Amino acid sequence: MIAIELRGINKSFGPVHANKNVALNIERGTIHGIIGENGAGKSTLMSILYGFYQADSGDILINGEITKIHGSDEAIAAGIGMVHQHFMLVDPFTVVENVMLGAEGGALLDKGIDKTREELERLKREYGLKVPVDALAGELPVGLQQRVEILKALYRGAQILILDEPTGVLTPQETDQLFRILNALKEQGVTVILITHKLQEIMAVTDGVSVMRGGEMVAHRKTRETSKEELAELMVGRKVLLKVDKEEAQPKDAALTVENLSVISADGVARLDNVSFSVRRGEIVGVAGVSGNGQSELLAALSGIVKPSKGSISINGTTVTAEAPLDAAAFRDLGVGHVPEDRHRMGLVTAFTADESAILGYHRDETFNGPILMKRAAITEDCAQKMADFDVRPPTPGLKSANFSGGNQQKIVLAREMARKPKVLLVGQPTRGVDIGAIEYIHKNLVAMRDAGAAVLLVSVELEEIMSLSDRILVMFEGRIVGEVDAKDANERMLGLMMANANPETESAASQEPIEEERNLGAEA
Amino acid sequence: MDEFFILVVSTLDATIRVAAPLVLAALAGLYAERSGVIDIGLEGKMLAAAFAAAAASFVMDSAWAGLLAGVSISVILALIHGFACITHKGNQVVSGVAINILVAGLTVTLGIAWFAQGGQTPSLTNDARFSPLIWPGAQAVKDVPFIGGLYTEIISGHNLLAYVAYLAVPLTWWVVYRTRFGLRLRAVGENPAAVDTAGISVTALRYQAMICCGFLCGIAGTYLSTAQNAGFVKNMTAGQGFIALAAMIFGKWKPVPAMMACLLFGFLDAVANRIQGVSMPLVGEIPVQLIQALPYILTVILLAGFIGKAVAPKASGIPYVKER
Repeated sequence: MIAIELRGINKSFGPVHANKNVALNIERGTIHGIIGENGAGKSTLMSILYGFYQADSGDILINGEITKIHGSDEAIAAGIGMVHQHFMLVDPFTVVENVMLGAEGGALLDKGIDKTREELERLKREYGLKVPVDALAGELPVGLQQRVEILKALYRGAQILILDEPTGVLTPQETDQLFRILNALKEQGVTVILITHKLQEIMAVTDGVSVMRGGEMVAHRKTRETSKEELAELMVGRKVLLKVDKEEAQPKDAALTVENLSVISADGVARLDNVSFSVRRGEIVGVAGVSGNGQSELLAALSGIVKPSKGSISINGTTVTAEAPLDAAAFRDLGVGHVPEDRHRMGLVTAFTADESAILGYHRDETFNGPILMKRAAITEDCAQKMADFDVRPPTPGLKSANFSGGNQQKIVLAREMARKPKVLLVGQPTRGVDIGAIEYIHKNLVAMRDAGAAVLLVSVELEEIMSLSDRILVMFEGRIVGEVDAKDANERMLGLMMANANPETESAASQEPIEEERNLGAEA
Repeated sequence: MDEFFILVVSTLDATIRVAAPLVLAALAGLYAERSGVIDIGLEGKMLAAAFAAAAASFVMDSAWAGLLAGVSISVILALIHGFACITHKGNQVVSGVAINILVAGLTVTLGIAWFAQGGQTPSLTNDARFSPLIWPGAQAVKDVPFIGGLYTEIISGHNLLAYVAYLAVPLTWWVVYRTRFGLRLRAVGENPAAVDTAGISVTALRYQAMICCGFLCGIAGTYLSTAQNAGFVKNMTAGQGFIALAAMIFGKWKPVPAMMACLLFGFLDAVANRIQGVSMPLVGEIPVQLIQALPYILTVILLAGFIGKAVAPKASGIPYVKER
């Protein structure tokens, strides 16, 4: 039985044809993946299904019947629920209040609250969706917030659940849990649509998958009959190397040495707690960790944005301490390049033209400056060269930075930071929000930097990226480095446990018997 | 002793009278800001309502006609603010200031054109005003020590709109925290996208909040010109809209604390009137300007840290745009 059928959906925003004649069939009680690069039209399509936009033409059929969806309320009435990428929760509301919002069941709240509690209890029994119902939504960890979003949809009787990039903020363990929940929903006959750009997730959890490219549906596949490689090729429209192609590292002497480095914030919390490590020329050291465990502070301290509170940083023999700090410009002069984690906030000025963004931090350089005025022609020419080197599209130095896609913005930042051949290159989240084609390109360039003898420190929340690029991996938890592994020996499970600060070695060594015991206890009970 | 008691009672009585319009306006602001619309224009709406109420009361010779006119004009101004800020996503502060400036000029101009009394409206007769309601037995218990004074002066003897103001406080609390409308109101000021995706219209909800805001501001303005005074005087709100706004922030966007803040400001005002020109022990005569500035000074000091951080509804001031 077909739960959802889309026929000939078209949608344009001005000159942009976001959905071209899209057709889709999804069986009831299956998990269906939709993949595509940024701007392929996945989100637009789902927004149409959830009533945020109306299609210019085409039909939506729910359970075989043509259904017109003019707004989110009508989508909800048709049994469609959506878990948005950015959660739609009211932070100071309790879980109960969040769940009942929009479905209060009467003008007064009293009865609705009781009914919602009962309903949440039932959903907990049926699907194993446990949440603290009286906690404030804003105080829950992201994994639970997402669960509240799922509960919101189920409470409204959703039979079709759309999840938009649900795993971006989750740890590997939370992701596993989410997938278990999705499978439980599937068992109960719920149809799940999973929008993602992570091929691995498609392979792990879906039954069928549809690929979008440039606003069109380019392929439908049964998951077990396809492969990551095929899907990547369908997404990008050409062959893509998923594995990073690199030689064994040939590390030399240390270019960056960090000793007992601490950064203590104004409210007295140690954001970075007694961290020591070094990065040698010709190697990539990856820093893994759940976002917010001190990685940002580490990058800030190593690039001179934040002064160290304790400890020292040595770069090519120059030592920076809390007593003798240097600013970011001085760090650049020492040969530190920095690709910031958040390119919109720190990487470039979106209101500037590309050529202006491409000289930020190096804008005092004599090549760009005359006696009074800046040399516009030199700036433009420099940017044109960088754009050619890094395949930035469109190669228009005069275009506003905001008008480039995420991948191309990132290429501009990388080009800027790599152009000076830095001895130490700090890279934060280099491929966040970047298309798979551009990811391949960025990864290739980072490896080339390494081979040219730079010491590269890579911070990323994407474990796959860390594992495929790094030669050594450090794991951070609550401002400390809780583990170091050779990339050859690393696997996702082990890193995931370290990221949650559950030591994998002690656990695997000492856990055999306790687990047995637990099982016995469980059996007796 | 007796004299002192009378002084206290009359000061409290004055506090209640002075604070009543502040309470109404603060609640008005609460509805607006809880829905995510900053309303700097409380002052202007009150002033417009005060003028409309006085004018209509005089012409129709009825306090109720005045109330209707005052509330209507205030709701219309609130909807104009909504049209600019909600429908057209304009800057909420600019729109509010525009309303204040517009009304300050328009009331005087129309006043001169219609009544030719230098921008004032003619004095209202008692029939055209909301006069004090004497509660049953007030006269009888008047001379009973303590309780009599309290009952007669503080509980009894206010006009209808003052009672409306204080009843609006628990009513607003109930609406905000116990009804579906209130839940949605609080949600839309915190995260309008959550409301939108729950299938509720953000626009409709914010307009409803603006109507509540206009309604309460209208009563506040009517109170000023037809209950507290007997006619409209140029710029008679004299910053009370802003005091109410401060009281609402001071009360952390909650009805009861906001009322308490209004009472505090009202009390300061009443005290200011009492000690004006009176020589105090030790300090001598306190300049009246200092006393009049007290509510503002107090607001700054208290907001600067004594009451803890005042956290505004997260989305207040930000027009809602559906993300592409």
